[in-house]
Amino acid sequence: MRRRMSSVVVLAAVLGLVAAACTREQPQGQGGGGGGGGGAEQQQASVVQEIQDRGILRCGVNETVPGFGFETAEGQIEGFDIDFCIAFAAAVFGEPSPQLGTHYELIPVDAEQRLAELQAGTYDVLVRNTTWTSSRDGAERINFAHVNFYDAQGMMVREGEFASIDEMDGARICVTAGTTTELNLADYFQAQGLDFTPVVLEDNDQILQAFTAGRCDGWTSDLSQLAGLRAQFEQETGPLTIFEDVMSKEPLAPAVLDGDQEWFDVVNWVTNGIILAEELGVTSENVEQQVNNPDNPQIAALLGVPFEAETETISVDHGLAVENDFMQHVLAAVGNYGEIFDRHIGPDTDLGLERGLNALWIDGGIQYGMPFR
Amino acid sequence: MSAVARSVRPPLWRNVRALRIAGQVVFVVALLLVGREMFLNLEYGLAQRARDLSLDFFGTRAGFGISEGITYSPNDTTRFAYIVGVMNTLRVAVFGVMLASVVGLIMGVARLSSNWLVRRIAQAYVDFFRNTPILIQIIFWWAAVFLALPTITEAISIGGVAFISNRAVAIPWPRIQEGAGVWGLFLLGGVLLGIVLARWRTRVNEATGKPHYRVLWFLAAFLVVGAVGFVISGDPVMMDVPEPGRFGFFGGFQLTPEFGALLVALAIYTSAFIAEIVRGSIQAVEKGQKEAAEALGLTRVQQLRFVILPQALRIAIPPVNSQYLNLTKNTSLAIAIGYPDLMSVSTTIINQRGHETEMLLVAMATFLIMTLTISFVMNLLNRAVTTKGQRR
Repeated sequence: MRRRMSSVVVLAAVLGLVAAACTREQPQGQGGGGGGGGGAEQQQASVVQEIQDRGILRCGVNETVPGFGFETAEGQIEGFDIDFCIAFAAAVFGEPSPQLGTHYELIPVDAEQRLAELQAGTYDVLVRNTTWTSSRDGAERINFAHVNFYDAQGMMVREGEFASIDEMDGARICVTAGTTTELNLADYFQAQGLDFTPVVLEDNDQILQAFTAGRCDGWTSDLSQLAGLRAQFEQETGPLTIFEDVMSKEPLAPAVLDGDQEWFDVVNWVTNGIILAEELGVTSENVEQQVNNPDNPQIAALLGVPFEAETETISVDHGLAVENDFMQHVLAAVGNYGEIFDRHIGPDTDLGLERGLNALWIDGGIQYGMPFR
Repeated sequence: MSAVARSVRPPLWRNVRALRIAGQVVFVVALLLVGREMFLNLEYGLAQRARDLSLDFFGTRAGFGISEGITYSPNDTTRFAYIVGVMNTLRVAVFGVMLASVVGLIMGVARLSSNWLVRRIAQAYVDFFRNTPILIQIIFWWAAVFLALPTITEAISIGGVAFISNRAVAIPWPRIQEGAGVWGLFLLGGVLLGIVLARWRTRVNEATGKPHYRVLWFLAAFLVVGAVGFVISGDPVMMDVPEPGRFGFFGGFQLTPEFGALLVALAIYTSAFIAEIVRGSIQAVEKGQKEAAEALGLTRVQQLRFVILPQALRIAIPPVNSQYLNLTKNTSLAIAIGYPDLMSVSTTIINQRGHETEMLLVAMATFLIMTLTISFVMNLLNRAVTTKGQRR
């Protein structure tokens, strides 16, 4: 009798599980049938619509890289990349001052998980110093928007130990797990005919421990990260040198999942608009004034307002999935590229990065804003 | 089913046997359905991302470096990189199991010592290491012990042949030279001669009652033959003494902080559990056995060696088996300190190549093969010791 009772209980439990599995499957099945073809491209609603319905934009970010995405002592995540997240929220909701928790949410993610989580839909956009590469664009089904920071992989050592990377034959080099950095390191050393031993650690905090203790001779990462880490930790590690030699190109760009061109366009044009705004001289300070009385047709188009020419009124409809005046809100929220750069990573910050490649094309860099018209 | 139905009188729905069989059939069907749903869900999810299951990526060039293990270069295939990771896992698991067993046995016996201090120390050891999380222990050993060793430039030298630093703890290690094969034959001969002598001593002992000193005779024969062979074959084994370089040591056996921390942490953590199993197993041997052994005039060590431990071993093997399995599985925590075990290499592969589903399935299968092998060996051992006495 007892035996039968228990098998009945097990049975009920199993049937319950099956039922649960079936009900979960159903909506998916319907979605597949409705789409007709089946495949990666088909989604029920556009992501922009989904974000607006949800009322909050979710960004995958970094919280361990000073200047780009770093959790401050007050527990707030701030930085260059974070400002782009705020900019996207401003554009999607038409909100000049997006609030954390109300309009956007920051989801810290580590390097290894960032693409998988994006694919799984944990966040709508990934702004986490992610390098644009062909295999990520192709095999990983990621879509990269306009590059927001041109980076390169460099090497940091304790001051005076080496004069250049060429002297590091046989050295132990600390590197973060799951980054393109790992591959570049191997490729570069091999190309130079140098030997090395990688010490692969999960995150920068662990590398800091290992590096400070003298476990490794070099610390390789993107130059932008190294600058931040040097500023942050030089007291603990002693004076540090970052070599001029670079090992790779690292174009960092906001990324979304393949399959929703509308959302991709929004992310792309917000990033682009931020760069163009600097070129056109529109800042967070003068944006209001420019909205009311734009200096020229380009600015008017950028801000989505009509331009009163002598003979006619020129107005441009961008046809993007957000309001035509989205750049007004973006610029009011975070300012133009130069402002974001100077605020978080520029010469006056702890990082003290020069614009370098990230200067506008008219100033000798390669940041080039595509025209709004 | 029909056979069952025909042979009984009450209607099918009230027939206990039929109901039981039906229940089991339903259970299996339900299980298959759940499995099918899960697989379909996986397929659906992969299709959503326009992916299919494939292991082709294993054939591609790995491209990344691995800090330690068998000889490997980034130009090798991804498959070989994975094998390097598997070997690293095995290295920790094998040494870890051995170390944990020895320490666990000693601590378990010490727990029952009549010496108050020894007993208390053993208890404190068990309580501390068993009741703190293994991940914290691993990170502690790595960051606070191994990384806290002197840097390479200030390495502690022990007589110029062994070195302690946080790059590696390097000790001399025997390296096989030419002529090792000949010496190997001599060693084998030494073992055989030892066995012959031991048997002869046993017969002498049985015939005359004189002490047999089997072990001493065996060792003497083995050592003499081995030493003669060593001279004849001309230095078959050379001690490879580590030499300090600028970035690390060359030669010898090198214990990196990552390997050292993982090995020590896992061995100590697991040994605390094994100590408890040993203590419990000894206490589970009937008191009468010990009293009888005492009555026979056996010393304390003899009581343990001949009476208590052989019986305790039978009780201990199944739970110790699961501790070995735990240790093996816990090696995957290596990722926390950057030891390139199979999990750490797998995550790197996932990041460079994608295919997380396939890679994780392969990693799980690898662990399964390892743990099932351990279980198989332990079950053989279990059978061997139970058949000696009565089966329980």
